[in-house]
Amino acid sequence: MNEFIGSMDITAKGCNLYYGDFHALKDINIEIPEKQVTALIGPSGCGKSTFLKIFNRMNDLVEGCRMEGEYRIGGVDIFDKETDVNVLRKNVGMVFQKPNPFPMSIYDNIAFAPRTVGITKRSELDEIVERSLRRASIWDEVKDRLRKNALGMSGGQQQRLCIARSLAASPKVLLMDEPTSALDPISTGKIEELMEELKKDLTIVIVTHNMQQATRIADKTAFFLLGELVEYGNTDDIFTSPRDERTERYITGRFG
Amino acid sequence: MRVVFLFSAFFSILALATITMFLFVSGVPFIAKTGFAKFLFGSDWIPLADNPSYGIFPMIVASLYVTALSVIIGIGIGLLTAIALYKFCPKKLVAPIRQMINLLAGIPSVIFGLFGMTIVVPFIRDYVSPTGVGYGILSASLVLGIMILPTIVSVSLDSLNSVSNTYYEGALALGATKEQATFKIMLPAAKSGILAGVVLAVGRAVGETMAVIMVIGGSPERPTSLFQSVRTLTANIAMGAMESSGDTLSALIATGVVLFVFTLILNVSFSLLKIDKRDKADGKKEKRGTKK
Repeated sequence: MNEFIGSMDITAKGCNLYYGDFHALKDINIEIPEKQVTALIGPSGCGKSTFLKIFNRMNDLVEGCRMEGEYRIGGVDIFDKETDVNVLRKNVGMVFQKPNPFPMSIYDNIAFAPRTVGITKRSELDEIVERSLRRASIWDEVKDRLRKNALGMSGGQQQRLCIARSLAASPKVLLMDEPTSALDPISTGKIEELMEELKKDLTIVIVTHNMQQATRIADKTAFFLLGELVEYGNTDDIFTSPRDERTERYITGRFG
Repeated sequence: MRVVFLFSAFFSILALATITMFLFVSGVPFIAKTGFAKFLFGSDWIPLADNPSYGIFPMIVASLYVTALSVIIGIGIGLLTAIALYKFCPKKLVAPIRQMINLLAGIPSVIFGLFGMTIVVPFIRDYVSPTGVGYGILSASLVLGIMILPTIVSVSLDSLNSVSNTYYEGALALGATKEQATFKIMLPAAKSGILAGVVLAVGRAVGETMAVIMVIGGSPERPTSLFQSVRTLTANIAMGAMESSGDTLSALIATGVVLFVFTLILNVSFSLLKIDKRDKADGKKEKRGTKK
């Protein structure tokens, strides 16, 4: 069985992905460094979310999805027979566009992942819940209502709860698929601060439509267009001196 | 024309009112005459004796046993079937399997009775029953369990499908297996809908008559074994109603009152479950609305 230990950089080589006849991702090669925030930007339908979902194998659920290429996280081939997809997903957490807390208490939401691996001791779960909520800087807001239904929280709180829920599985990579697109600016700010804090221990890959967000939080930025990776580099370079004309047109808002 | 529409609208209500009136007017005085406790909790049903006795307690107990056991069988198989159709079988098979299960719902109950008599009862008699009696609670429960399967499968599957798939994806993304995601997240989220389906199925099981008569034996005895000829409330009415008159007929109508009250309770709890569910959904919307 393949274990995820050591460094948590992500590599994709010769990545091609098809939905039926549709060629959604075209020959993408990328190396994403560990413990940094990498933003994937590009217009809708360019394949950036699809690309993100490769790394926790959520595309496995999509019917008619076919892939080529080699994908490694921390050196482990994630499509290898020896790699357990559930272990992979414990190590590679995901935060979705729309907050999706389970319709149960805040406590049970956070305790879900640890429980799936057989942790049942109350004191141990209590500790994981508190630690995860603290890391997602939402502990002070919810510590008095851990038994309340998570659906009663505001959208921004729900999204931070979902981040805490991912953290409870002790991931080494966090994939975020437009995590703030449904949130107000204040909640967005809180989540961006949080990412700044989390990247000390985690490799973060975020899909975003908001270019200001990419410049604020991302160390590296990758620009996707029509299934191709057009340009990838340090965020500063991408936004100040793009090498490709298409990148320049997109970041200056002169696209399509 | 308006009168016609109005009349049509009131027709079912009229029917309901008439049935209720008839039952209570002819049944309740008889219960009063016999004595409420003696009728409900009396253990002897000998309506044709010189000194007749009208205790329906054995039948109430038999009805409860048959209903409970058939619902356990129906939920056990039905819920697992719904879960299989939900995420655990090839997508191409879901529609045809559902179609066939729905066909099961269209089979007349007398045919279920025949099936029970010729297949289930002999099988139980020869291979299961320790006493060599095939008729009884187990046979009736098996036949009824099969009859209520379509209700449980289709209501459970609809409830599961109406739960947002984002929960399922969220659970898998946390490293849960398909089974963990289904049993720990989706099933609890679909709980109230499934419960409503179960209540509906219980109602069907309590009220089913024909198929039960054909496999239950029919003796008005207090059930002490799964393999013993007994009689349910419905069987009691149907077996005697054609050739009874006078007090015996009144006793059967009074049995009908008891049955009616049972099903009324079930229907009310079904409605309450549905209202409860709708309230919750509305409450959520309202909360969100006020925040925005």
